[in-house]
Amino acid sequence: MADITAPAYRTIPIVPALKPGAMEGKGPYIANDKHQEALGFPGQLVDNWHDKAIAKMGELLGKFRSLRVYMDACVHCGACADKCHYFIGTQDPKNMPVARQDLMRSVYRRYFTFAGKYFPKLVGARDLTREVLDEWYNYFHQCSECRRCSVFCPYGIDTAEVTMAAREILASIGMGQKYSNEIIGKVHKIGNNLGLPEPALRDTLEGLEEDVKDDTGLDIRFPLDVKGAEVLLITPSADFFAEPHIDGLIGYAKVFHATGTSWTLSSMASEGANFGMFIGSYDQLRKIALRIREAALELGVKRIVVGECGHAWRVAYSFWNTLSGVGDGADETDRFAQMLQRQLDHRYKQPTHICEFTWDLIQRDALKFDKSKNDKYVITFHDSCNVARGSRMGDTPGGQFEIPRNIIKAVANNFVEMDPNTTRERTFCCGGGGGLLTDDLMDLRVKGALPRMEVLNQAVQQHGVNYMAAICAICKTQFSKVMPVYGFDRRMVGGVHQLVSNAIILGDN
Amino acid sequence: MASIEVDGKNYETDEEGYLVNLSDWNKEIADYIAKTESIEMSDQHWEVINFLREYFDEYQIAPAVRVLTKAIGKKLGAEKGNSEYLYGLFPYGPGKQACKIAGLPKPTGCV
Repeated sequence: MADITAPAYRTIPIVPALKPGAMEGKGPYIANDKHQEALGFPGQLVDNWHDKAIAKMGELLGKFRSLRVYMDACVHCGACADKCHYFIGTQDPKNMPVARQDLMRSVYRRYFTFAGKYFPKLVGARDLTREVLDEWYNYFHQCSECRRCSVFCPYGIDTAEVTMAAREILASIGMGQKYSNEIIGKVHKIGNNLGLPEPALRDTLEGLEEDVKDDTGLDIRFPLDVKGAEVLLITPSADFFAEPHIDGLIGYAKVFHATGTSWTLSSMASEGANFGMFIGSYDQLRKIALRIREAALELGVKRIVVGECGHAWRVAYSFWNTLSGVGDGADETDRFAQMLQRQLDHRYKQPTHICEFTWDLIQRDALKFDKSKNDKYVITFHDSCNVARGSRMGDTPGGQFEIPRNIIKAVANNFVEMDPNTTRERTFCCGGGGGLLTDDLMDLRVKGALPRMEVLNQAVQQHGVNYMAAICAICKTQFSKVMPVYGFDRRMVGGVHQLVSNAIILGDN
Repeated sequence: MASIEVDGKNYETDEEGYLVNLSDWNKEIADYIAKTESIEMSDQHWEVINFLREYFDEYQIAPAVRVLTKAIGKKLGAEKGNSEYLYGLFPYGPGKQACKIAGLPKPTGCV
C-alpha cells in the first residue's frame, strides 16, 4: 500500500493516452486446490486444459444464446472504449471493454466460426495457447462486471456476461480466483463471506444492543434466528463487522424498532452477498440463494428484506424468483419454492429493498426525523453499479435512483448531485466490485477509483461535499480504503441508513 | 507455498504472508511480521494483539472493528476506544494488519 500512489486527476472529459502493457501481469492469486475442490472445480490446471476450455466455451455458447450474440455482434465501433473506469485509470488498451472482450472473441472465432477455422489470420482468430489463457486470467480480473460500457454499446452487448463466461471457463479447468472461491466456500460452510460463526455473530449483535442502548436509552433489538418473525433481513456480513457498514445496520434496526416491526437475522443465511454471480457460476449462484430460502422456510417469515448490498440486490431482484421462489416465477415442480410462495405475504414486494421499506414508511408518515442531526454533512450519492444497472426499486422506472435520494433528502438538509455523466445509469464503479475487492489487486483498485474520485473532488471543491452515501458494502469498503490515497478522509463514505440512524426520532415503542 | 524464516526455523504462510498454522505463532514471529509491515511493536500494539488472540480462541474469528474498539476502550480507557487510535497503531486497518501480526487468518468478504 505504501508504494501505491494515486494517478493525477485529468481534465474531464478526455480520452486517456494509451500505455500498452501497463497492466500486464499474473492477475490476482489463483485459488488453491482446497478452495477449488470445495466448489467442485479441479484443484489445479488440468492436463487437457485446452480441449476442456474449448468444450466449456461450446457448452456456454449453447446454454446462453446471449453469449453467442455478444461474440458475433460487436462491430468495434469504439463507443465503449473510454467508458471503463479501469481503462481510464490504467490506460492499458486491453482494458478498453472492446479489447478485453476481444481476448475471448478472437478464440471464439478460431474454434466456432467458419472463417476463423479456415482463415484465422484474415479474421483475427487466435489459438487458445497458455499465453492467451494467462492473459484471460489477468484481464478478466480487471473488469468489475459493472456494465457501464454496456450502457453506451449500440448493440447492448453485456460485457459483464463475457467476463463471467471467461471466469467460469477458467475455474472449470482449475484456474479459479482465490478471493472469490475462498469466500464462497465459507458461505457454504459457515453461513457468510466473513466466516463469522453463529456464537460470534450473536456476541456482536448483543454488543450492538448495548451500544445502541447507551446512545438512545432504548432497548433496540438485533434479533437472531427468531421463529415467527415477520421480516427476515438478509444483509451483507460486512454490516456485522466493518466500518462504516455497521452504522447502517443500526439504522435498519432503528427503522424496524420505530414501526414495531418484528424482524430477525438468520445465522444460516447471515449473508446477502452472492459471489456466485462474480465467478459466472449459475450452480453457485443458485446454491447460495437456496440457503436464504431454507432460512425463510425454517423461520416462517412473511417478508424478506435486503440490506445495503449492490450485487445482492441485483441477484435478489432479478434472479431470486426463479432461483429460489422469493418472488413469483420458480418452476412449478420446485416444491420448496412453491411452499415459500404460499408462505410469503404478497401484499408486499418480495423481496423488498431496505430503502423501499424505509421510503414506504416515510411516505406514510410513520417515521419522524430531526434533519438537523445531519447538518454537519454536505451529502452526495454514489449510485452502486449493480443497483443502478441491474435492478430497480419502487413502482416507477428509475426508482432505484430516486428512492435512496428521497430518503437522504427526508433525513438531511444538504444534498447535492455529482456530475450527471457519472450518476444514475451512467455511474462509475467504485473500482472494487465484481470480485476484485482484494488486497492483491490494490493497485488496480486505486487506479479504477480515479473517475469517481475526480468527480467527487469537483463536488468537494464546488459544494463542500463531506459525505458520499452508498448502498453497497463493496463500495463502502473500497472507498474507505482508497479515498485516503486520493487525500480524502476514509470516513467520508457511509450508508444511506447511517444518515437515517442519525436523524430518526424514536419514541418508546 | 510461501514461508518465513524466524530464528532459523521455517513457517508456512499463504501468498499474502498470513501464517497457515495458527499453532506456529509466537512473539518472535509477531515481531518479524510486524517488521515486514513497517510496524515497530510497542506495549500498545501488544495489548491489541493479545486481545485479538483471546477473542479468536473463544469465537474462531477476529472481532468486528466495533467489538475491538469497545473492548480496548473498556480495558485501556475511553480515549483509546475508537478506531482512530487503532488506525494509528495499524495504519492499514486494525482488521487485517493486526490479524496478520497476531497470526490469525485474514477476515474475508466485503471488508
